[in-house]
Amino acid sequence: MASSFARILSSKRNVGILSLVGAGSLTVGFLLNREQHVSAGAQVRRVYPPSAEYPDLRKHNNCMASHLTPAVYAKLCDKATPNGYTLDQAIQTGVDNPGHPFIKTVGMVAGDEETYEVFADLFDPVIMERHNGYDPRKMKHPTDLDASKIRSGLFDEKYVLSSRVRTGRSIRGLSLPPACTRAERREVERVVINALGGLQGDLAGKYYSLTQMTEEEQQQLIDDHFLFDKPVSPLLTCAGMARDWPDARGIWHNNEKTFLVWVNEEDHTRVISMEKGGNMKRVFERFCRGLQEVERLIQEKGWEFMWNERLGYVLTCPSNLGTGLRAGVHITLPRLSKDPRFPKILDNLRLQKRGTGGVDTAAVGSTFDISNLDRLGQSEVQLVQTVIDGVNYLIECEKRLEKGQDIKIPAAISQFK
Amino acid sequence: MPFGNTHNNFKLNYKNEEEFPDLTKHNNHMAKVLTKEIYAKLRDKQTPTGYTLDDVIQTGVDNPGHPFIMTVGCVAGDEESYEVFKDLFDPVICDRHGGYKATDKHKTDLNFENLKGGDDLDPNYVLSSRVRTGRSIKGYALPPHNSRGERRAVEKLSVEALNSLDGEFKGKYYPLKSMTDAEQEQLIADHFLFDKPVSPLLLAAGMARDWPDARGIWHNENKTFLVWVNEEDHLRVISMQKGGNMKEVFRRFCVGLNRIEEIFKKHNHGFMWNEHLGYVLTCPSNLGTGLRGGVHVKLPKLSEHPKFEEILTRLRLQKRGTGGVDTASVGGVFDISNADRLGSSEVEQVQCVVDGVKLMVEMEKKLEKGEAIDSLIPAQNI
Repeated sequence: MASSFARILSSKRNVGILSLVGAGSLTVGFLLNREQHVSAGAQVRRVYPPSAEYPDLRKHNNCMASHLTPAVYAKLCDKATPNGYTLDQAIQTGVDNPGHPFIKTVGMVAGDEETYEVFADLFDPVIMERHNGYDPRKMKHPTDLDASKIRSGLFDEKYVLSSRVRTGRSIRGLSLPPACTRAERREVERVVINALGGLQGDLAGKYYSLTQMTEEEQQQLIDDHFLFDKPVSPLLTCAGMARDWPDARGIWHNNEKTFLVWVNEEDHTRVISMEKGGNMKRVFERFCRGLQEVERLIQEKGWEFMWNERLGYVLTCPSNLGTGLRAGVHITLPRLSKDPRFPKILDNLRLQKRGTGGVDTAAVGSTFDISNLDRLGQSEVQLVQTVIDGVNYLIECEKRLEKGQDIKIPAAISQFK
Repeated sequence: MPFGNTHNNFKLNYKNEEEFPDLTKHNNHMAKVLTKEIYAKLRDKQTPTGYTLDDVIQTGVDNPGHPFIMTVGCVAGDEESYEVFKDLFDPVICDRHGGYKATDKHKTDLNFENLKGGDDLDPNYVLSSRVRTGRSIKGYALPPHNSRGERRAVEKLSVEALNSLDGEFKGKYYPLKSMTDAEQEQLIADHFLFDKPVSPLLLAAGMARDWPDARGIWHNENKTFLVWVNEEDHLRVISMQKGGNMKEVFRRFCVGLNRIEEIFKKHNHGFMWNEHLGYVLTCPSNLGTGLRGGVHVKLPKLSEHPKFEEILTRLRLQKRGTGGVDTASVGGVFDISNADRLGSSEVEQVQCVVDGVKLMVEMEKKLEKGEAIDSLIPAQNI
């Protein structure tokens, strides 16, 4: 057993080196893993034909249900990733949660990096639908974390109360939250907090393990709005993401409370940079710097993030592929928010609004959370610039309405640059 | 198959200590029994359907338990689970079932004629009588582990069997996913409808997967014999009626069960049963008879008596509120049922209920007249 584990580690180093050389590391990684774990992909007994196992999706409204035909199911149901993750596991959350007539959920998750390859016949069309036409079979996703390219990005603080950028990162070679074993999850924790421990200067900070935090620490984290709790959403629990809670889960933040990392919640890591006020440029600069530092630190130990040209950063939910980035502000727009053209303006600027409690909450007063719509097909720099340009436009509109002037719906900006 | 744990071979790349769950804050039967040694011994094993130790214990890992209530914390995925993982299940069963040993034999007795009395419980006090149990169909995996195809096969076979019943048992099946609004209203009004489980104990064990596919309710025309299909077990069988005639309830229970079992045997899928564990069900707490026989009974004075709990224990009975397990009583009305499941027969357990409730109603009447009841309290456990 110990020798197999050592081989896994050394293969990760090889994959790392090969990716530097640009040899399509995902494919190589997949093949290397496959050699070692051939027996793990072996099938458990299948007594019934695919037609007897095909789920009843007639009352369902999610992306998985839209694309999982009996033919696709029959083709994929006997396959497994090298770690043994199966189609039935990937779609369980979508079968158990038929969805909402107005909100279309994704309805499936990845158990490991290879899920997106082995079950591409289902994941590719779902990705295309969810990401507004991005075709993973033909297109390439650009990654750009050079914050110096950002123009403007200091918002008028009469309107913008706070600025925030978040994303996720997965550690290559370890299964994702729906499928990881306790040992894998603990390994993710070790790798990540080891790297975070090496951060310095304004990024230096501390880790608070969910299993061991004191009452005072817990209260402080709640007061800072940093603490995350066991998921209650059936979308997540049906995918197996809350197993073994709170083992190997925790929160890390820097001393200044402007850079925060969640460990083993919905993804291996969720990385958040934020501050009060309108200095989005600084928030993004710290975001990029922190991410790149963490990446450097894990690479020193032979690890790397899951990433490929086709899908960008690989995360648990297909909706977070690409950049996994949501950059947003809390902003008050008392006049503009009442203007009937507001939704169309947001749409054309490729922005979305949420309440200040986050997704699925209502706005309080006329304060909104405004962020980018897109995740995949544009780089981090492009998406943040889109948010900056868009928010500046919204502020201009609000100012014009204050002076009794009229506003214009902007031209729709193109989605893929 | 439940999520996350079926890639067992891959998991063996990690050492025992790396995978062993953190049970330091846990209080359930599984956590008390599972040592690193047992974990090491069993972790590379699988039942013929591919169920593993981590699958068995997931619900107990995810639900640390309550300081006062001791949950079981492990489930079976198929009949063979109890054999393959006996190093875990035997001690859990022993703790849960009052010292039942790995070598003990369980007696099954569904001959209703062996019950003495039970037709004369005072209806002024006993409002309703009910007996329930569960049954698993041999050859199919259990609710924590079965695939959609298997669950549908269990439904198909069960509905065929139930629809062939006649006389007092003639009835109809209502599948959860296609019942009409009117049917649903009626089933709710009759208190027959079951809903998707919300208890994290069940959800963490994977029992609500694919809901409501292949789940349904069957009941006879008289509404006195009811079967739940694919809820917590393959089948839950319930016989009930208003009033205190437990003898009649038990007769119908035994006759109905025996008829159903005959039909399943003809299809070469009898019920899961063995000499040691009796009827095999998903949760170890329901092994043996899987039987809960009980009444809704008015005991406002007795329930206030300081020795109420002691009396129940001596009579081998337990109390619940009339909403079922974990509810409080309303207006002095309690659900009183047998505490035991394994190590005594169906007749013996229902006899406990009949004799015990009769005695408690006598006590209640005495207390109403202001008389003492000490002479009636049994000196020791019956």
